[in-house]
Amino acid sequence: MSAPDARGYFGEFGGRFVPEVLIAALDELERAMTAAFADPVFWDEYHAVLRDFVSRPSPIYRAQRYAADVSPVPLVMKREDTNHTGAHKINNTVGQALLARRMGKGRLLAETGAGQHGVATATVGAKFGLPVDVYMGARDIERQALNVEVMRLLGANVHAVTSGTQTLKDATNEAFRVWAQRVEDTFYVIGSVVGAHPYPFMVREFQKIIGVEARRQTLERYGRLPSDVIACVGGGSNAMGIFAGFVDDAEVKLWGVEAGGKGLDGEEHAASLQAGSVGVLHGSRSYLLQSAEGQVRETHSISAGLDYPGVGPEHAFFKESGRATYVNVTDAQAVEAFHGFARSEGILPALESAHAIAFARRLAADRGADDLILVNLSGRGDKDIGRC
Amino acid sequence: MTLDEIFERARREKRLAFVPYVMAGDPDLETTEAILSALSAAGADVIELGVPYSDPLADGPTIAAAGQRALGGATHLRGVLELASQCRERCAPIVLFTYYNPVYQFGVERFAREAAAAGIAGAIVPDVALEESAELRAALAARGLAMPLLVAPSTPHERAARIAHAATGFVYVVSRLGVTGAGQAPDFAPLRRQLASLRDLTSKPLAVGFGMSRPQDVRDVGPLADAVVVGSALIDSYAGTRGQAAAARVRDFVAPLIAALGAA
Repeated sequence: MSAPDARGYFGEFGGRFVPEVLIAALDELERAMTAAFADPVFWDEYHAVLRDFVSRPSPIYRAQRYAADVSPVPLVMKREDTNHTGAHKINNTVGQALLARRMGKGRLLAETGAGQHGVATATVGAKFGLPVDVYMGARDIERQALNVEVMRLLGANVHAVTSGTQTLKDATNEAFRVWAQRVEDTFYVIGSVVGAHPYPFMVREFQKIIGVEARRQTLERYGRLPSDVIACVGGGSNAMGIFAGFVDDAEVKLWGVEAGGKGLDGEEHAASLQAGSVGVLHGSRSYLLQSAEGQVRETHSISAGLDYPGVGPEHAFFKESGRATYVNVTDAQAVEAFHGFARSEGILPALESAHAIAFARRLAADRGADDLILVNLSGRGDKDIGRC
Repeated sequence: MTLDEIFERARREKRLAFVPYVMAGDPDLETTEAILSALSAAGADVIELGVPYSDPLADGPTIAAAGQRALGGATHLRGVLELASQCRERCAPIVLFTYYNPVYQFGVERFAREAAAAGIAGAIVPDVALEESAELRAALAARGLAMPLLVAPSTPHERAARIAHAATGFVYVVSRLGVTGAGQAPDFAPLRRQLASLRDLTSKPLAVGFGMSRPQDVRDVGPLADAVVVGSALIDSYAGTRGQAAAARVRDFVAPLIAALGAA
């Protein structure tokens, strides 16, 4: 697994396309991150918080019934839904909050789509005594009311963003704008492997724990590596986290599942890698859904956490290099998986994760008992109750 | 007149150059054309012409909303270039203010070529800072177009020196932290220190922007700068009007600003 080049590029993707006012802060962040990553004391504290506060390692669990009718292939879930706050997002916010404290930054700032990253940031803000401002699209506030209430209970200020599409894209714009004004004392906690360098790399390093644990656990339990690793991709942090554990194992196929929404033949989806083109959004060059004139398009997914027109630059690099394959699952298929998985396994998956689960069932039909499918169950579905 | 000649003329006249910002297509291209003519007749030295973009990270609510209105009327880069071309005879020199993605989709080479053909003097691209600017700068320079770069209050001295060296046309000095908008005033004490320090580094013109809205702001910039940029407040001045009515509002709005240029 490689780091990006000195300018933050994975191949031709990444970089740092932000206003000058933020460049010094990104330089400062990069220096602090590099020093922290080389410091065993930093990682000791990160792992201690993940163990005692987040309850890592998260288990792997074999789903016995969900796809048994189509295949004998072992279908193994990496249970990120068992983390404190209910999703993988907290792995990253713990890391960034520790870094913020190390840098002496007094406030945290975050954008959120489904609210999981907002909750995860509000949680570490409360734990470390750092005030938190969360920017969230007005439409997302409506569709993820439970998470908004949780953030407020944790003491975070949740700001409704009413510009543009009123979803994650515009919440991210607003977070960048607020950061430009408070850049001296505020740490911007980005929630996915997106943004300007060093964010895509840094967030991957904080999510890599998923893949590192899952690789070890799979070898211990089954004596072999998975044949396939599957994760849903919005910005792509849970996917990059689990992929990172297996990217150097050339025989392991990596699958990223994008939100197919109402189908890729129309415009109501969020499949940036499959239906988008190369452009620049939120600080990096990657694939995005845009018009011929370079205006970023409105996207659609039933899952707020995947409803984003861009995608992390390293995913774009994996697509180009062929290291990972990107597929899509529609709203209807994700909802069917949500219900099917709940009834057959006793686990309510997040709608985001239900995309990965739906594809796992599709892939299982082509796999046998000698194979092993590992799925990142990136979050739990309580937040989606009543939406599907 | 070239940008150099324009700033030289202002220096000779012992005044700041006036650089108003207008969003192309807000609310329609006819209105923008009327405003460009009015500004040029009123004494604008250079006009920054905004290219609408869906995700303007460096802009506050006024310019972001203006961009949304312009996109609502389907104004894109091609239409902006046509507008500039149409009024090149009677307008002050135009510098585009555009985010990178519309340029990237248009094609960097094609952008430089067609902007030059339209008589554009240069392009400010706020999300392309020094490290990412080489390709675009070279393409524009090959067509004789300037690419001013921004210096922010957070820019370290050594970096400001490199930016000032690489910038062409002028150096765009951001008056305070944050994004564009009249709601947040310039931070004059650190701004003056920044201008003095830049003055030691470069003889290129220094244009101050972000948060400049009143004649007093123009006077407060002082003689260390060469130009002032006024955007959001100008857009606010003609809110809700169109065509010649909008142009009349803009004329009234800029008159006291222009009167303050020599008092700096």
